[in-house]
Amino acid sequence: MFVPLLVVRNALRHKLRTTLTVVGIVVAITAFGLLRTIVDAWYAGANASSSARLVTRSSVSLVFSLPLTYAQKIRQIDGVQAVSWMNWFGGVYITERNFFPQFAVDPATFLDLYPEFVLAPDERKAFLTDRQGAVVGRKLADQYGWKVGDTIPLRGTIYPGTWTFNLSGIYDGIDKSTDQSQMFFHWDLLNERVKKIYPRRADQTGIFVVRLKDPQRAAEVSSAIDATFKNSLAETLSETEKAFQLSFVAMTETILLAIQAVSFVVIVIIMAVMANTMAMTARERGAEYATLKALGFSNAFVAGLIFAESMAIAIAGGVIGIALTFPLAAAFADAMGSLFPIFFVSEETVLMQVAAAVIVGLVAAWLPAWRTSRLRIIDGLRAIG
Amino acid sequence: MTIPFSYVVRNLATRKLTTALTAGGMALVVYVFATVLMLAAGLKQTLVSTGQDDNIVVIRRASQSEVQSGVDRTQAAIVESRPEIATGDDGQKLVSKEPDVLISLPKRDSGKPSNVIIRGVTPVGITLRPQVRIVEGRMFRPGMSEIIAGRAIASGFQGAGVGETIRFASRDWIVVGVFDAGRTGFDSEVWGDAEQMLQAFRRLAFSSVIFRLADPSRYDAVKADLESDPRLTLEAKRETQFYAEQSEALAKFISYLGTTISVIFSIGAIIGAMITMYASVASRTAEIGTLRALGFSRGAILAAFLIEALLLGFVGGVVGLLAASAMQAVSISTVNFQTFAELAFSFTLTPAIVVNSLLFALLMGFVGGFLPAARAARMKIVDALRAA
Repeated sequence: MFVPLLVVRNALRHKLRTTLTVVGIVVAITAFGLLRTIVDAWYAGANASSSARLVTRSSVSLVFSLPLTYAQKIRQIDGVQAVSWMNWFGGVYITERNFFPQFAVDPATFLDLYPEFVLAPDERKAFLTDRQGAVVGRKLADQYGWKVGDTIPLRGTIYPGTWTFNLSGIYDGIDKSTDQSQMFFHWDLLNERVKKIYPRRADQTGIFVVRLKDPQRAAEVSSAIDATFKNSLAETLSETEKAFQLSFVAMTETILLAIQAVSFVVIVIIMAVMANTMAMTARERGAEYATLKALGFSNAFVAGLIFAESMAIAIAGGVIGIALTFPLAAAFADAMGSLFPIFFVSEETVLMQVAAAVIVGLVAAWLPAWRTSRLRIIDGLRAIG
Repeated sequence: MTIPFSYVVRNLATRKLTTALTAGGMALVVYVFATVLMLAAGLKQTLVSTGQDDNIVVIRRASQSEVQSGVDRTQAAIVESRPEIATGDDGQKLVSKEPDVLISLPKRDSGKPSNVIIRGVTPVGITLRPQVRIVEGRMFRPGMSEIIAGRAIASGFQGAGVGETIRFASRDWIVVGVFDAGRTGFDSEVWGDAEQMLQAFRRLAFSSVIFRLADPSRYDAVKADLESDPRLTLEAKRETQFYAEQSEALAKFISYLGTTISVIFSIGAIIGAMITMYASVASRTAEIGTLRALGFSRGAILAAFLIEALLLGFVGGVVGLLAASAMQAVSISTVNFQTFAELAFSFTLTPAIVVNSLLFALLMGFVGGFLPAARAARMKIVDALRAA
């Protein structure tokens, strides 16, 4: 009972200094957690993808489209259960700042292939029957205050002109990893308009989404699809939905790496601050530690005292920091709107925060503990603050 | 009467570990702050210097990049017939009709694919960009399946070096040269013959029309004419402005994220400075009492401790900036959100960044040092002397 009390008393001797150090650790651990969560959010699309779906796109790049007739051919390939197709629309809602993804989809097959988008039965029916209908995610609807029945105007960037949609329904995600900030509307509507203005671009789609009968056969089926269209005017590239999503992440990997690097820098900064606190503390108490040693306490005991004090401060900061991460992440997600559609603190992040706090505590204590244990009693007793 | 500067410096020098740790923490914050600003500045500089002020880019209205745009031959011919277009030495009109597409190429180091702009150009198109010169190999020959790659693409992507081939649009294209565009956006593009590109990609429309104005002051009139012409669905922009706009979103993102991170980090460093300065004041209580007894004013004590904190910040700032300036040798390549295409740019240190970083460091020192310095200045002489 005596030792823990001594550690706590020691830690509280300089209340201001200890408080400041704890605040520093809280800031660092919270910032670390937030940065890790931002990195996680980047990968959210890939993590939410289904292993039973393939994405087929033009082998040249995503800006090239594929003829719709491919849908029939893909459906006949062994191992394919269902096929749907979609186009990136790239419309602007009022101003460029209001960015959210919009896709032209084939509603019936789309809703069948993506069970994670949950629609009420009457809204589903309304969407399927209204050619100008559109559905949006709950988060997006909340952000712009849309209600079912509203008219949403979009200015096309890839498909020129103003497009208006009737909001037929608002979908919910099946769990928190479902992206609820997208908009889907009828591919037929897009195609009709394209037929009028760019006849050559009609009956073309950006990607095909394929549902497999057996997820184990993903590699086999994707090469079968690509082989079918080999040496045609529009060769395809099929990959699992996860690989497709990861290819987007890879494009901005440099920024991601920078954020990851920076998240470790904050830990190093706080390590310097904490190490400084412990160094000062140990220096001031040189005489005390020497006295303990003179009384017969071992070097290891004195070093242990310093480690325990350092750990106590680091863990206190760590716990508060982790607790603060959750409300801050929620506030950040609100402020960011649809830029990070999926934003939550993962268990892994919390574990990494705990690890960071422990490491900071250990590293900060190491040098002063080593110095103190090496200290000759006579020098310690002679030393003054 | 002020306390000598050497007294302040010696105070820092006596406690080396503490001074180093505190200044080190600040240096890291300044390093992050400066590198992020350098990154945003590098991105802007790359794209701003891509354009020429008297060149005009014409794209389809409301399309945000050349890749999204489409200008059919009829409309392109109408633009081409404008009398304001300058003529070159050989009497040819300085106008270039260019198709641009994105293709996905694997990177050399990771093998992961990214989007690269392929631009179809004409001899005139090359004259319109005087900054571009061939540094290895030769220019592509018109009518051949030959391409030249920008410096950043040649070094960063598989198959883009001289003598290698890239396969797209059902053809194998031989890379016959590498060009340097003076650290502009063109360094991240692949160029080939415009007519060959149109055929290979089976396109009827160009992506953009670029021309030089004979009289740059006529820009507003030409822009108004083109945009009000009922036969055209186009918009015209100065090339400089066109490329500058493409840097906006990414540069903003980088500097917002970076500034937010730096401000949060600086809290940690300020706390570090505060702890150090409080300890510095506490361990010198008797000294402060003596100084006051000798006749130094409260103001002089406050100033001495503030200068000590500012000096800590300054040392941190200089070390952080030195480390950051080493980053100028590094070039990074990532996808620009706005064009969806790869863009290489480097960290660029501008005088404004140097000033801002040092001010930031001094501010951290000031905020961290103010409260401890005030405590030192408020001490009563008798109490302080008795504390020893």
